[in-house]
Amino acid sequence: MQTLIRHPARLPVILLLALHAVIVIYPLFWMITNSFKPTEEIYAASWSLPTVWMVENYAKAWRGGISAYFLNSVIVTGGTILLTLAISVLAAFGMVRAETAGAGRAAGLVLMACIGGMLVAPQVALVPLYKMMQVLRLQDTHWALILTYTAYRVPITILLVRAVFLAVPRDLDDCAHIDGCSSLQTLWHVYLPMSRSILLTASVLTAYHAWNEFLFAIIFIDSDRLKTIPSGLMNFRDALMTDWGVLVAGLVISAAPIIVLFIVAQRYFLSGFAAGAVKG
Amino acid sequence: MPARALDLWLYAAPFLIVVGVFVFYPLAANVWFSFYSFSAFSQEMKLVGLENYRRLGTDPVMLTAFINVGLYAAISVLVQVGFGLVLAAVLSQAFLGRWGGVLRTLFFVPVVMSITVIAFVFTFFYDPMTGLLNMMLEEVGMRSWTRAWLGQSSTAIYAVIAVSQWQSVGYVMMLFIVAIQGIPRDLYEAADLDGAGPVAQFFHITVPQVRDMLVVATVVTVTGSLTVFSEPYILTGGGPGHSSTTLATHMYRSAFFRDEMGYAAAIASVIFVATMAVSLLQLRIFGKAR
Repeated sequence: MQTLIRHPARLPVILLLALHAVIVIYPLFWMITNSFKPTEEIYAASWSLPTVWMVENYAKAWRGGISAYFLNSVIVTGGTILLTLAISVLAAFGMVRAETAGAGRAAGLVLMACIGGMLVAPQVALVPLYKMMQVLRLQDTHWALILTYTAYRVPITILLVRAVFLAVPRDLDDCAHIDGCSSLQTLWHVYLPMSRSILLTASVLTAYHAWNEFLFAIIFIDSDRLKTIPSGLMNFRDALMTDWGVLVAGLVISAAPIIVLFIVAQRYFLSGFAAGAVKG
Repeated sequence: MPARALDLWLYAAPFLIVVGVFVFYPLAANVWFSFYSFSAFSQEMKLVGLENYRRLGTDPVMLTAFINVGLYAAISVLVQVGFGLVLAAVLSQAFLGRWGGVLRTLFFVPVVMSITVIAFVFTFFYDPMTGLLNMMLEEVGMRSWTRAWLGQSSTAIYAVIAVSQWQSVGYVMMLFIVAIQGIPRDLYEAADLDGAGPVAQFFHITVPQVRDMLVVATVVTVTGSLTVFSEPYILTGGGPGHSSTTLATHMYRSAFFRDEMGYAAAIASVIFVATMAVSLLQLRIFGKAR
């Protein structure tokens, strides 16, 4: 209070931040409190705290389908991260090697493919991809999601990894060569250990996209039992009819992992988002 | 050293294959498909030339989609880029101390949430009978303002746009926080000595110094609006009628409800040209600045 009297100009700043904080917090607060209520109470008093805390809403949501969607999301997200990192690390390594060995033109072509790939919005490829998934018999499999998510995340991931690989001292690379390391061993023993931070950044960014992707998820997966969380929630809502407390509990379960991941790995999220936007 | 070039192609092969098959080939095939008329579940394709594109010009839903996407872009630039920059500048004030970091984290939380989760929560808020929005309006004596926000053609698109703002303003804010961290401190110190107040410093130092990020953020926001799908699809399905249709929801409906895959491909081509134009504009602006 005293600092405010000394610095009256800070008052509008604090008011603005407080107002925005309320706007952001309220829907989250609403979600958590209403996830513990019976449906009638959500109707009658959705702003108040629950009179009885119905923890069983969570058990019902979990058993009523969320557990399967959750597992599917874990499989698709995990698969996408592994595939994206593997492909990106190899390509970035090849590019850096080529650039320092006088094959810069070829590396430039790969770089162009990265930048071109980042400019294509997934929506634009939807109709041919749908046809393709049927021809390749990937429609209604997790592979349809893992492969497409990977394809649209790899270009930016290569750029992120390449920037770090470029900073690996050439001497280390040469030493490894003299010590008899093959190229792949050099990648594994020299480059990767020096790139932990960017690999984590790339992983959380990929996880964020794969966990939340919606358009491909509703189109490439038909069976309810294979759906990931964002598309599965649509079925979950329709199946519940009006059991809203359970629905909201399902929403909390769906949102929690990525929020927790964000808070724990915040540093990696933020550097990744920033780099992603600037390079994109 | 051609051996190194060969190495490169081997290392880059998985990337080139996966991107070729799932990004570049579909992009080319989409243009090809847009000259045909065909259905999702048959192999038969009928060549119709430019007919799909001719239809685009006379499709009233296309016009609505363009207007909605334009509204989306205008409001998003205003709120996300404009307000996002103000939030970033305010959060970068030294006197906030630890609170700056805490609030920054909090404001970013909506960005990482799934749009399905957010859209469902806002569906509850917009409910005409029990929703919080109408209840709040009644509480403050504005009963005449209450309405079925998502169920009425005049307000549906705005209600949808509002949800996107809630989710995404934190993202653009974060981009600006990173940009502001790169501004040399002595610029502000010099301004302090000259007696410039915080508002003057914002307009004369912060804004010009983050100019590159302003361009990037605007491009990200506008291309995001051109391709927006999930929010209108989940909240309104593009309705009532076609009142909250966007380019992407119109494409989706054409492909998977009306089974006009060729026409949907033509809409996708339009989306591609529009997003490319915005991205090229960005490159041009940067090209001029350097």
